[in-house]
Amino acid sequence: MTGQDRNHPQPGRGVRQPVADLFVDQAEAGLALIGSRCGSCAAVTFPRQPTCPRCAGSEMRDERLATRGTLWSWTVQAFAPKSPPFRGEFTPYGVGYIQLEDQVIVEARLTESDPDRLHIGSVMELVALPVDDDTFTYAFAPVTR
Amino acid sequence: MTDVAIVGLGLHPFGRTPGVSGRRQGLYAARAALADAGADWSDMQFGFGGSRDAGNADSLVAELGLTGVPFTNVYNGCATGGTSLALAVDCIRAGRADVGLVVGFDAHPPGAFDPDPTAYGLGPWYGETGLMLTTQFFALKIQRYMHAYDIRPETLATVAAKAFANGAANPNAWRRTPLTPKEILASTMVSHPLTKYMFCTPGEGGAALVLCRADLAHHYTSRPVLLRAAELRSRRYGSFEVFSPWLSVEGGDSVSSDAASAAFAVAGIGPEDIGIAELQDTDAGAEIMHMAEVGLCAHGDQEKLIHDGATSIGGSLPVNTDGGCIANGEPIGASGLRQVYEVALQLRGDGGSRQIPTRPKTGFTHVYGAPGISVCTVLTV
Repeated sequence: MTGQDRNHPQPGRGVRQPVADLFVDQAEAGLALIGSRCGSCAAVTFPRQPTCPRCAGSEMRDERLATRGTLWSWTVQAFAPKSPPFRGEFTPYGVGYIQLEDQVIVEARLTESDPDRLHIGSVMELVALPVDDDTFTYAFAPVTR
Repeated sequence: MTDVAIVGLGLHPFGRTPGVSGRRQGLYAARAALADAGADWSDMQFGFGGSRDAGNADSLVAELGLTGVPFTNVYNGCATGGTSLALAVDCIRAGRADVGLVVGFDAHPPGAFDPDPTAYGLGPWYGETGLMLTTQFFALKIQRYMHAYDIRPETLATVAAKAFANGAANPNAWRRTPLTPKEILASTMVSHPLTKYMFCTPGEGGAALVLCRADLAHHYTSRPVLLRAAELRSRRYGSFEVFSPWLSVEGGDSVSSDAASAAFAVAGIGPEDIGIAELQDTDAGAEIMHMAEVGLCAHGDQEKLIHDGATSIGGSLPVNTDGGCIANGEPIGASGLRQVYEVALQLRGDGGSRQIPTRPKTGFTHVYGAPGISVCTVLTV
């Protein structure tokens, strides 16, 4: 069973709503993050933004981000963040940056929080992660082979 | 270009001072700096200062004296003190004033900072999903760096142990109990690979400086320290900064590198000439990375330098001789001025039991803060 199968998102059919406007339209083709690509200099941002942080151009187009990438860095959040703003029950969780092909490096929650199982360079894939009973966010999970 | 001198140094002890507000700690530091310069508040032709959580610096005129002096509040995160200094230097160089005061103070509640994502242009989701923590950034940045340059956890612990050893020799420091690298490594893991004793903590404190035109310095002191440069920069595209939901694949220079390069260019001396450095050590990893980012060594050379003791008092490049943020805590408004205070003290030879034996003639300071700002200074005697 792949991570994708195991964690495949409930958001389309469940009650949880996206925590923010971070995802492509669910009806299209599965869970994916949406960023912006600059029409002038090709810089990619996440989340979307209306102007380019590199060239200040305003020709930003929606860009579907790759759903697989490699772990660029990681840590484990061992203490509960102050709440608010943090929502949901706290248990230690992984946080990392995942390089998505040559598009962009995205910061994300990780489904794995065991330091012995987190390695820079590991292949990771996008999954949905419940925030609370009503909302979900995105996370990356190690791809098990 | 007009030279600027530091002629008065004032500091309120860092840490926790129950019953004394952060603002009063700033007042204490201001009065101490004026006394050190042998100057009166009524002599001051400008004031620049700030705090994040402890009130308005310009309100200090109520106690210092209502002289009508132009006093500007600065609110620039971790770069607040450095920004005040940069503004003061420009004010003197522009011929607007001959002498003035810079002051910074703060008092933060215990625990990690909890900034509002929307104040940084981020969506509320960033905080709601548990990503709005400076501690995570420090860990993510050093984790990548350790991977890239083969730096070991023991090196992080050695840096923190140096901070506590230096703090033990500094009567104004907060953490004054030496800890061994082994104890530091064994303390609670806060954000892998950084343990509890590798982090600084938000705290309280105040620091102030009197600055003047260098040709007038002898009116105030026989031992002026020249502030050769104080340069502020914000981040450019490609840098890896705190509170970043994304990074560019191609990367780029850090804002600390940019501010340091600018400061060295203005000062006309290079990093190879520096005899003491105060670097932003919000965590032990930050000190290691900042050593290279500001140009004091090549990336990857830190392992050898640190284990050889080069950055200890008595080494070839002493770093954070007062214990840095790790031993002093980080009262944001005061922290950058504490660094300059310490370097000036060392250049004057007033370092007491932590004085660098060879008494350096040149110094450097560096602060870094959210969302990607840095101030670097160069000082000489």
